[in-house]
Amino acid sequence: MEITSRSLWTLIHGMGFGALYLLAGSGAIVALYRQYSTNVSSQSVLGGDRFLGIYLTVMAALAWLTVLSGTYIIYPWYRAAPPAGIVNLAAYPRSLLLSNPATRQWHSIGMEWKEHVAWLVPIVITAAAVVAIRYARDLRNQSQLRSVLLGFVAATLLAAGIAGFFGAMLDKNAPVEGGQTIRLVQGE
Amino acid sequence: MSEPTNTVSESSVVVPNGSGAAAILSAGIGSLAIAFFAIAADQFAFVKNLLVFYKPTGALSGETTVAILLWLAAWVILDWRWHKKTVSLGRINVIALGLLGLSLLLTFPPIGDLF
Repeated sequence: MEITSRSLWTLIHGMGFGALYLLAGSGAIVALYRQYSTNVSSQSVLGGDRFLGIYLTVMAALAWLTVLSGTYIIYPWYRAAPPAGIVNLAAYPRSLLLSNPATRQWHSIGMEWKEHVAWLVPIVITAAAVVAIRYARDLRNQSQLRSVLLGFVAATLLAAGIAGFFGAMLDKNAPVEGGQTIRLVQGE
Repeated sequence: MSEPTNTVSESSVVVPNGSGAAAILSAGIGSLAIAFFAIAADQFAFVKNLLVFYKPTGALSGETTVAILLWLAAWVILDWRWHKKTVSLGRINVIALGLLGLSLLLTFPPIGDLF
């Protein structure tokens, strides 16, 4: 059982950081709702204020790791230009997609949207995390801040979902392959 | 979201919302900056060339770097002006969420290509 180094990085970026962010995002919406809804004891509220700040900070770290690994490690492999005269474009995903009218829009719409919309996520979730840490317990007195936090988390979930969907579809149509081969399990 | 009914004795002093408002509005500005530079690089070749900070990644490196610098600058300036104040957060929330929604739409290539 083998995997290439580029495939491994794609997995770390998408299935690791990105998928974890999506899971954490739905958890954050539940946590925000629970934290500021009724029938929660004062004790759990005090602990929850601190927890929410830490939780959103971890989400922000995941968002930054996702976009930085995507933009500076995987994207250069995706958009590498093939040498003149090459026939097999498997190692050049962008060119492979553009070479076929049936797949061209996975790049021109899918990748073009993904590469930009994903960058909204770390900006917005970082602001949300700073607000949650800065106001902590006082958030219960700031209903408008709580509302916008919920809106921000929901918006990042949408943006990350768009990026994740197109990432998965791009990888299905033109996977980023190559690099060193890593043997995971020795064959019999 | 329902109003909280829990009362916690330690939270008797309400912190001014200015710092939170600064973080929120600057996030909206930063988001719009991403969309703005994406469209500008797509429409104008000289902008695209200017924004190639790291060749393997192309203009995306410059678009995102400049947008992040603008976001941070806006955050620092707004926080400096507002951190001791209580501001009209309702209006700022609407503007920030509006900018964010607009950014989501403008980064969608068929809409961005209209400009």
